[in-house]
Amino acid sequence: MATYLRRFWQLYALLVLPLAYFIVFKYGPLYGIQIAFKDFNFFQGISGSKWIGFDAFKEVFGMRDFYITLRNTLMLNFFDLLVSFPAPLFLAIMLFELNVVWFKKLSQTILYLPHFISWVIIGGIALQVFGTQSGMINNLLASLGVDSIPFMTDKNYWLVTYLLVGVWQSAGWGTIIYLAALTGINKELFEAAEVDGAGRMKRIWHITLPGLKTTTVTLLIIQLGNMITISFDRPFIMGNAAVSDYSDVLSTFVYRVGLQSGQYTLAAVVGLFQAVVALVFILGANYASKKMTDESIL
Amino acid sequence: MNVHTANRLFNTVNVILLVISVLLCLAPFLNIIAVSLSSSAPIMSGKVYLFPVDFTLDAYYQVYSDPSMIHSLGFTVLLTVVFTVSCILMTIAAAYPLSKRNLKGRKIFMFIIVLTMFFSGGIIPEYILVRSLHLLNTMGALILPGLISPFYLIILISFFNNIPSSLEESAEIDGCSHFRTLVSIVIPLSMPVIATLSLFYAVGRWNGFQDTLMYITSPELYPLQLKLYQLIQNNMITDLTQMEGSQQQTMMPESLKAASVVFATVPILIVYPWLQRYFVNSVMLGAVKG
Repeated sequence: MATYLRRFWQLYALLVLPLAYFIVFKYGPLYGIQIAFKDFNFFQGISGSKWIGFDAFKEVFGMRDFYITLRNTLMLNFFDLLVSFPAPLFLAIMLFELNVVWFKKLSQTILYLPHFISWVIIGGIALQVFGTQSGMINNLLASLGVDSIPFMTDKNYWLVTYLLVGVWQSAGWGTIIYLAALTGINKELFEAAEVDGAGRMKRIWHITLPGLKTTTVTLLIIQLGNMITISFDRPFIMGNAAVSDYSDVLSTFVYRVGLQSGQYTLAAVVGLFQAVVALVFILGANYASKKMTDESIL
Repeated sequence: MNVHTANRLFNTVNVILLVISVLLCLAPFLNIIAVSLSSSAPIMSGKVYLFPVDFTLDAYYQVYSDPSMIHSLGFTVLLTVVFTVSCILMTIAAAYPLSKRNLKGRKIFMFIIVLTMFFSGGIIPEYILVRSLHLLNTMGALILPGLISPFYLIILISFFNNIPSSLEESAEIDGCSHFRTLVSIVIPLSMPVIATLSLFYAVGRWNGFQDTLMYITSPELYPLQLKLYQLIQNNMITDLTQMEGSQQQTMMPESLKAASVVFATVPILIVYPWLQRYFVNSVMLGAVKG
């Protein structure tokens, strides 16, 4: 043991800070979860606040806003799945079939780019492109004699805008994982198909798509596992007062109720609810993944 | 139609579709750049699409002459550099021991780390923690909570695992300590993946918004995204009020907002192509292993 430590102490020394980080900043907040069951305020602190049992849960589950944000979270994620999920699959196949190397590289560079742009900036660009005054699309419509469309301020149009911007932001980046799967397909399959006289569409149908099946199913399951989880930045920045009927989701609700109105207990309840449901979804997704693809995602 | 023509038709259609996708991807960028470089008359009359009309750099002069904007930029650069360097050092420090399969306790450490990928306290307990550590309105609040991404850590561990162990063993026989092996052999061999992860950490910090909104209230610590958000939020409000008929009163010129957006994007555009060649391979590695 002593010789083991003498040989390996440096490795353990390296681990000290990283482990301390995980314990303080990842496990530390778990201690704070108890405020969902307490009448929390900062003067009394976590341990000084008094226990109230499930009172806060009752209050949250009686709030109309809670159900609206829950519905919106599921709705936005569901539509996103319909629209944003297939896009990178098509794009990846198109890129894979392209044999002009320079153009392939150029298009990949450009298509990946939106993934690296912050939602604040995307929000600014979206307003510029979709704005009712001097927005590019409404300019175009005006020059065709069509009335301007309130893309950002009517909730149904807003939903479309939200989804389109999502596709724009994520489709290119999403191709990476499919392209990785495609490079794993045995080249001989394609050659054999060509010898047998299969055209390009047939090749895609019988070799490329089956080759992507596992990846696609796994990604789909992960997405389903994340149905209740929603990022904060995108709905918060894209949303506004006029469309809050649709844009208010669990993550923005927690921020609004907790940090803006100081109702920490209520917000912690919503956060805990979301975390628990998310965990159940993820475990369910992992189970489904094991059953269907023999691969576990955890 | 023989196979040859069918093939060419397929290629043509494919190229056309891709060109359209690429143009759709670029158009919003071109539009905002065009607006930032146009004067307000053509913008207001809706003549600006993908190219500047009545070219002017006025908006950029205004952005550059706004001291709070330059201050924000400087602070964000500093924040991003400190954050990225700390993150990379911490991630390497964690990944190297954890890539040693014979390290005692490795499984427990991995379990502690991987578990954090599947649950979190949520933003309220995190806020309470940051507040009770007296980190509100400090750079620490924007650096410490995000030091190690478990996902990037796993990418790095699997990369370290793929380095032939004979290399490290021979270093050990030559009398290298673990530190020495890490610094002179493992890190130099891993530069591509380290560069990629640095890009991801840096972009994440540069683009980070939610934590700045939660933890920062004093204007001298506003990172660029938070500053931009306020500009854009005003923009939104004017867009709403215009709907109700009141004409552009105290509105910031469109070109100035556009220039601010471009201003905050340019640093990423500068770093991105330079690091792009590295990241695809690393992401694939993570995708296959993780």
